[in-house]
Amino acid sequence: MEIFPILSTLRRHKTTALLVILEIALTCAIVCNAVFLVTQRIERINMPSGVAEQELIQVAMADIGKTTDEHARSLQDLAALRAIPGVKEVASVNQVPFGRSSNNSGIKIDPKQKLSTLNATNYYGVNVAQTLGVQLVAGRLLQESDYVTMDDAKKAFISGKTEGLPHIVVITQDMAERMWPGQSALGKQLWMGSDMPLQVVGVVKNLVRPSIWKDAEAQYSMMIPIGVDDGQYIIRTSPADRERVRDAALETLKKNNPHRIVWKKELWTDVRAKYFQGDRAMTGLLIGVCVALLVVTALGIVGLGSFWVAQRRRQIGVRRALGATRGHILRYFQTENFLLATIGIVIGMALAYGINVFLMSKYELPRLPGFYLPIGAVALWLIGQAAVLGPAMRAAAVPPVVATRSV
Amino acid sequence: MFGYYLDLALRSLKRNKVLTALMVLAIALGIGACMTTFTVLHVLSGDPIPSKSARLFYPQLDPQDMDGYREGGEPPDQVTWIDGMNLLKAKRGARQALMTGGAVPIQPAKADIDPFYSDSRYTTSNFFAMFDAPFLYGHGWSDADDESKSRVVVITRTLNDKLFGDKDSTGQTIRLQDADFRVIGVLDTWRPNPHFYDLNTGNYTELEEVFVPLSTSRDLKMPRNGSMDCWGKGGADSDHLENAECVWMQFWVELADASKAAEYKAFVENYSKEQKTLGRFQRPVNVKLRNVNEWLDYQKVVPSDVRLQSWLALGFLIVCLVNTIGLMLAKFLRKSGELGVRRALGASKGEVFKQLLIEACIIGMAGGICGLGLAFLGLWLVRQQPADYASLAHLDLSMLAITFVLALVSSLLAGLLPAWRACQITPALQLKSQ
Repeated sequence: MEIFPILSTLRRHKTTALLVILEIALTCAIVCNAVFLVTQRIERINMPSGVAEQELIQVAMADIGKTTDEHARSLQDLAALRAIPGVKEVASVNQVPFGRSSNNSGIKIDPKQKLSTLNATNYYGVNVAQTLGVQLVAGRLLQESDYVTMDDAKKAFISGKTEGLPHIVVITQDMAERMWPGQSALGKQLWMGSDMPLQVVGVVKNLVRPSIWKDAEAQYSMMIPIGVDDGQYIIRTSPADRERVRDAALETLKKNNPHRIVWKKELWTDVRAKYFQGDRAMTGLLIGVCVALLVVTALGIVGLGSFWVAQRRRQIGVRRALGATRGHILRYFQTENFLLATIGIVIGMALAYGINVFLMSKYELPRLPGFYLPIGAVALWLIGQAAVLGPAMRAAAVPPVVATRSV
Repeated sequence: MFGYYLDLALRSLKRNKVLTALMVLAIALGIGACMTTFTVLHVLSGDPIPSKSARLFYPQLDPQDMDGYREGGEPPDQVTWIDGMNLLKAKRGARQALMTGGAVPIQPAKADIDPFYSDSRYTTSNFFAMFDAPFLYGHGWSDADDESKSRVVVITRTLNDKLFGDKDSTGQTIRLQDADFRVIGVLDTWRPNPHFYDLNTGNYTELEEVFVPLSTSRDLKMPRNGSMDCWGKGGADSDHLENAECVWMQFWVELADASKAAEYKAFVENYSKEQKTLGRFQRPVNVKLRNVNEWLDYQKVVPSDVRLQSWLALGFLIVCLVNTIGLMLAKFLRKSGELGVRRALGASKGEVFKQLLIEACIIGMAGGICGLGLAFLGLWLVRQQPADYASLAHLDLSMLAITFVLALVSSLLAGLLPAWRACQITPALQLKSQ
């Protein structure tokens, strides 16, 4: 092989060789970490919601003044919404998945526990599970007869009378698994705070929280049989009908009570898109930086490669005169680049790991999985080879006669 | 000599346009990325009220029960109504204000505008003087207005323009949530960044449009915004928040000078002890007193994505510089023959070095100018983003100056090594090999 002559040549061009190595190392380190961040974001953006995303509409209204007959008005609204052609299910709810504003509680397995086992979000509202279209995996969903009104629940809670409080709950699989690992959650008891025992009657596959602090806890949701009349409605219809139904719903609600302001009227797919807007922007930015880095590195290699070829025209001519084929010359430059890239990649790996450790400490990121390193290595090898190809071809084209020419 | 070197440099740069363009592009990309992200970081980590930030304090105390108690934990980020009122009435600071965010329905008199919701702030009288809120017309309300639950309101210039067509509206009436309010003041354009006095309603959110006395807002049960944390039997029943075991209000105090902080902290500690003997507080006394900047640091206001982007851009700039060093080295060494002749004709090493650095500087300037263009483009892109800080991303004069300094310094640094290496050639050898 030609490795030894290449190495001895490189030793005479230490600075230039070192610069190429340094550039490849830095690019490798940054790109590995950036790609890792991108996959993290993409995973987050594609987080399951557990609801019928293509079929939902959210409409929220707020009364202008104070009203007293909220419950009756809300029943009126619901009946009117249900009468709209194409509406499959309707619910008056306190919050919606990915809706940002949320109601959460500390959950305990034992009321004497000092610290909560976990923090879960509370979905209230008759028919909420049926309207959202969550998928039941065990037990049953809440039925209309299970529900108490918010006012009654509050009164019972403050006066300490447990009879008026709800006593059953439907939770998600993730939450069940976190509370009772490896066991069936059905029939088990959990406490909201220290005062409110709830028995698990159903487990659903997924139901994402309105606002997510930690991705690992995104699915910690409960549905508690408390009815609400906050003027927030979710409507389920077929995907094609969504826009028509939304407009009809707004009209119906306005007609029912003109003295209020609409503050939300969205297809749920837009709710989801908006929730992850920031993540998507960051993903685009990271990908942009990666591409720019690789292009700059490739251009740098092309530039230096051209310089090397120009500098060594005589040397190449001599080799050609002594019988080296074009293939030999081509292979020489490609091997040289491969060697430099390899050294760069090895240093880059160590750097990538270092950067990851730094990010882990500062931004609570997980550890860089090992398989990113070979992927980064292959990418840089390929880019190096592609970049050096042009200059190498030019080198191979040097005629042997150059050797005999005096410049 | 300088003019001659400049001429030489320009000629040399023209000789290999592709290589020159590559170097300029590399520097421009690095500078552009760095300036974009640094500007965003600079804007977001600014001091919202520089003249007073060291004298405005945010006291925290811990009124919770023992449930979930952890030693060494932080007190809640907000205060209860009872504690807020007690601290307010004690008047131990030069000024103090108790407040919360909200949203009120506005019913315009003009029939052509539908009723709409505006973000609002329910606060006590000192707010405006304490935070240096600039008045365009009129003034804020008095302690007496707070006491008597007056139906008075201060609105912002934008809302004034919308409802009254930029005329002085003081003395006029506007209808909020089915009640009539007298406009007593109009605030001039003002946007403290971050939105430090209440981070619950958004770190970089715009100014609320409506300011109403806290007592009035409670009297009319105006809808509130922001976060609320409850414990024990404290439910989120909006009608009884005054007695609830919930923290949901922000309390700020202005002290005559920063040295009074220890005194004020002792006062709040004493208050906590008192409340503990009364049986209201159960946890060990835990008081924190942070000034504006300490509070913003503690709340980690600057989004971590923005910091991450800055690191990324810095890494990118370094790669671009290494690239430029390599290319410059190639370029300068290629000129060995020419430099050999100059040396042989009597130019000292220093002169040759100077000549090459001038060439590096030109590349740096060109890179800087292109980089500036890229930074403008980058900031425009940032402004298209959905984040609440997006509209703040503008280049200011200091950042403009920094761009050029950064471009020049980095290209000079990138030029140093190649220029030094190129000076090392032995003129005789170069001439001989020709």
